Amino acid sequence: MLIFECPYCGVLTDETDLAAGGEAHLKRFGPGSSDDEFESYLFNRENPKGIHFERWRHVNGCGKWFNVARCTVSMEVFGTYPAQTLEPPAEIKDKISEKKPGWKWKEFS
Amino acid sequence: MKKYSAFAVAREALRDHIGWERAWQSPEPRSKYDVIIIGAGGHGLATAYYLGKNYGIKNVAILEKGWLGGGNTGRNTTIIRSNYLQDPSAAIYEKARSLYENLSQDLNYNIMFSPRGVMMLAQTQHEIRGYKRTAHANALQGVSTEFISPQKVKKLCPIINIEGPRYPVLGALWQPRGGTARHDAVAWGYARACSDMGMHIIQQCEVTGVNTMNGKAVGVETTKGTIVCEKIGIVVAGHSGVLADMAGFRLPIESVALQALVSEPIKPCMDVVVMANTVHGYMSQSDKGEMVIGGGADGYNNYSQRGSFHHVEETVRALVETFPIISRLKMLRWWGGIVDMTGDRSPIISKTPVKNIFMNCGWGTGGFKAIPGSGWAMAELIAKGEPGPLAEDFRVTRFREGQFIDESVAAGVAH
Repeated sequence: MLIFECPYCGVLTDETDLAAGGEAHLKRFGPGSSDDEFESYLFNRENPKGIHFERWRHVNGCGKWFNVARCTVSMEVFGTYPAQTLEPPAEIKDKISEKKPGWKWKEFS
Repeated sequence: MKKYSAFAVAREALRDHIGWERAWQSPEPRSKYDVIIIGAGGHGLATAYYLGKNYGIKNVAILEKGWLGGGNTGRNTTIIRSNYLQDPSAAIYEKARSLYENLSQDLNYNIMFSPRGVMMLAQTQHEIRGYKRTAHANALQGVSTEFISPQKVKKLCPIINIEGPRYPVLGALWQPRGGTARHDAVAWGYARACSDMGMHIIQQCEVTGVNTMNGKAVGVETTKGTIVCEKIGIVVAGHSGVLADMAGFRLPIESVALQALVSEPIKPCMDVVVMANTVHGYMSQSDKGEMVIGGGADGYNNYSQRGSFHHVEETVRALVETFPIISRLKMLRWWGGIVDMTGDRSPIISKTPVKNIFMNCGWGTGGFKAIPGSGWAMAELIAKGEPGPLAEDFRVTRFREGQFIDESVAAGVAH
């Protein structure tokens, strides 16, 4: 059972209170974008075996979306942060670098 | 290869069983093959088998990171059915189901196919309408299914409680020619037949890189050295994204855990497969007497072959309401497999941006039932370089074109 700290409420919540929302930091491509960009935005996903940044919603709680840094193999959680940001906070990135040197996810590392 | 037969059993019984030979060889890899199949699960082995049988391509290696059939082939709930709504799905799953009927004879290996019938319970008004629509679609597709009454459900499966307080059984979509098979035997049977054709099944040989030149595949790097080949078939289910990354392209796929469990063995009490999609659970009884139970998939990316406990709890809770007699059963084993989910919940059998690399993936929660049909279509794609009628609609570019084969709506949940 995954347990995260909701960055808004500050409470520890488990999966039964949460809804998974897939990959985080997707850049939206809409009208005016190329076919490649639009296809990639809609369907193609990183789906990494390792570090993954993803969206979760605290459904049975504050109802807000937040982001989680997690390893998809060990299930280790490196931290949670509010969704209103374009990239993960430095402290979470440092924490991951400590455990998994050389990690890479999209343009972040 | 010595054939298995009643005569062979009698012959070996008279001489202390010294004459049985290994079912398949475990050779060291050569430096070059015509075709390399990555992944020795059911789909990979079936692809290799039909490459040899239908197209005479036998200089083939099947590379496997772990052991043969040790991934989702050995982790599913062994259900075989073809009652799909969309035409392309019905075509390939029905092809697979019909190949399963004669597979034991074809492979000379008993896969224990048991066409015991599959019913999908309708427990809401919406499901009644949905399944009636599927039954009509199946009639047009030449797939034999019918919508049956709650009384017939009770007659076919006496242990079911059709008057559940929350989700009464209102009818069912019944496919009498669906059923189950022994999943390991499917992999073993194909492996034995492939090995007999001179193909190399190389276990514990992980692919660590895909070599390309001028946008064309030329070979693979493995833990047992570099292997050169002309064509590569990637058939690795949950790890498709990892292999695609090595080859330099992305896929519309996410890997998640799907869980199943079996109970302790009990006396035979259920001779059909029952799926209850509204409450997320399906159950059948194995030949050993265990109740084989499958649940829903988790909603988050996962490569750990373990799922979340609360999903199993939900599944079992729902099944106890539908089958009250299982309430005191103990759970014997519980496991997860990593399934590759596409956006429209239909598979991908396709050419890729790299020439001579072919993908067969995205079977999600419904791969086992499709193994022979998937192998048949994938073999045609690899041999000819172009998809045949079965694979054509499952091209990866369908997402860009908006030509989805939307079974997620049709099936409601895991299928």
